[in-house]
Amino acid sequence: MALTSEIVLSKIKEFLGDDLFSSNESFGMLAVIVSSSRNYDLLEYLYKESSLEFTFLTDLTGAHYPDKKGSEFEVIYHLHSLVHNYRLRIKCGLPLENLDIRSMVALHSGANFMERETYDFYGIIFTGHPNLKRILNVDEMDYFPMRKEYPLEDQTRTDKEDKYFGR
Amino acid sequence: MADKFSNIGGVGSKVNEQELTTLNLGPIHPATHGIFQNILKVNGETIIECEQTVGYIHRAFEKIAEHRPFYQVTPLTDRLNYCSSPINNIGWHLAVEKLIKADISKRIDYMRVIIMELARISDHLVCNSVIGVDMGALSGFTYVFQWREKIYDIYEEICGARLTTNIGRIGGFERDFNPAVHKKINEFLKEFPKTYKEFMSLLERNRIFMDRSIGVGGISAERALNYGFTGPNLRACGVDYDVRVFDPYCSYGDFDFVIPVGTGGDVYDRFMVRHQEIEESLKMIKQAHDNLPQGRHYADVPEFYLPPKEDVYTKMEALIWHFKIVMGESDVPVGELYQAVEGGNGELGFYLVSDGGRNAYRLHFRRPSFIYYQAYPEIVCGGMISDAVMTMSSMNVIAGELDA
Repeated sequence: MALTSEIVLSKIKEFLGDDLFSSNESFGMLAVIVSSSRNYDLLEYLYKESSLEFTFLTDLTGAHYPDKKGSEFEVIYHLHSLVHNYRLRIKCGLPLENLDIRSMVALHSGANFMERETYDFYGIIFTGHPNLKRILNVDEMDYFPMRKEYPLEDQTRTDKEDKYFGR
Repeated sequence: MADKFSNIGGVGSKVNEQELTTLNLGPIHPATHGIFQNILKVNGETIIECEQTVGYIHRAFEKIAEHRPFYQVTPLTDRLNYCSSPINNIGWHLAVEKLIKADISKRIDYMRVIIMELARISDHLVCNSVIGVDMGALSGFTYVFQWREKIYDIYEEICGARLTTNIGRIGGFERDFNPAVHKKINEFLKEFPKTYKEFMSLLERNRIFMDRSIGVGGISAERALNYGFTGPNLRACGVDYDVRVFDPYCSYGDFDFVIPVGTGGDVYDRFMVRHQEIEESLKMIKQAHDNLPQGRHYADVPEFYLPPKEDVYTKMEALIWHFKIVMGESDVPVGELYQAVEGGNGELGFYLVSDGGRNAYRLHFRRPSFIYYQAYPEIVCGGMISDAVMTMSSMNVIAGELDA
């Protein structure tokens, strides 16, 4: 039986209740936005539920939306049910004041580096992670470079202003 | 013997009443084939503990990509897995084309399949021959590298570059295959299998090679899936997951090919899976090249595909498009998407969030090497240092992809 978005969504809704905030489908992939406190429960449920079997964590990453008050940061999980060949995106919003979210390493060993990378670039704290330290950047770094407020280039440069490019 | 000499060559630390030596394998070490460090705790020659340090060539591609128009991201993807840059380039083009809903013709798809499969061959050739090098068989490596150069000649004929190719454009190719490309592909299809057969006869049933690789560096399918393995390394464990079949892109459904799988996930299985994939890729190139449909080599996406230069000089509209594209002023839809392609090492994913601006709001590369390299300590602990070196080359960990 082919897995459809309706089935997956109804199962998640049944499991999470009010902790499922919203859902949308863009470019053929269902995305659910859920409470950050239930991330582990949900992934565990999706992993173990025999009709879904989302056993493969394809990708884990973060994003920064400074304008979204109350959920400035997002942790994004891409799951893949290899049995049903169905992909699902799960997003958990986090407020700037509290960037704690439960680590997935106990469920998916592959989350280890990906969570370290997300911590490294966004400063999201994965509680329960066995070795949460910087991975790609130097240990001495005291900022989180993928945050939007962190500039890419030297801000004293004046030769790259928009006015020179007709913008 | 091992115990007697266990403390030679380093300051030991007392763990379980044993003197262990700490050994840095890397970051600059001829056996790591790239810049990464493994801090090993060894008892004699047996590895007890291993910790990887990555990030030596981190270049902040994701941050840079947030500040560049879409077409300027392609050269960044070159530098991920630089052994098969065209796959990365085309994967990125596919992601953008999905976002702008471009209608890609069969001809473009087939041209891309030819290029991507050539890239896969060159990627696997490097990996497989380097496994030989790591156990002292250098001659096979020199045989096949000549053919990697010939693949690069084909790229050069198509796009002008060899290693970091920046091949194709959003919406197709900058120019059609010229007669020299067809000639070189035919030559490759005709001559390469002969050399390749010679190469394989050096290793495939070689007693030393088999003894060194069978049962070494193995991982179970269950653990591999849990670690997020994809590509040849996962297929060597017996899981037939291939993005080309599960999530077909570029008309891969049109081609007749099989997914080779192994059983034990050890070095020999990985070697053999890559070997079979080379054979399958050759089949696919032949099919695509023989049945190359007629048509244009670019799609109808004037907002992203540069108009011909002679039109830019003479036609107003072409000049406007040219200017808009080069300045990165083309409008893109708002949305987020995930596009995966089967890279040389596994599932190469692009998670792209667009807010409608001139550049990606967020772009994340799912780099297969980065994810499966996590399993390295689990695989090498309990084994010998010399096996660890081979395990690393058979996993085909590419530093550029690892560190993005």
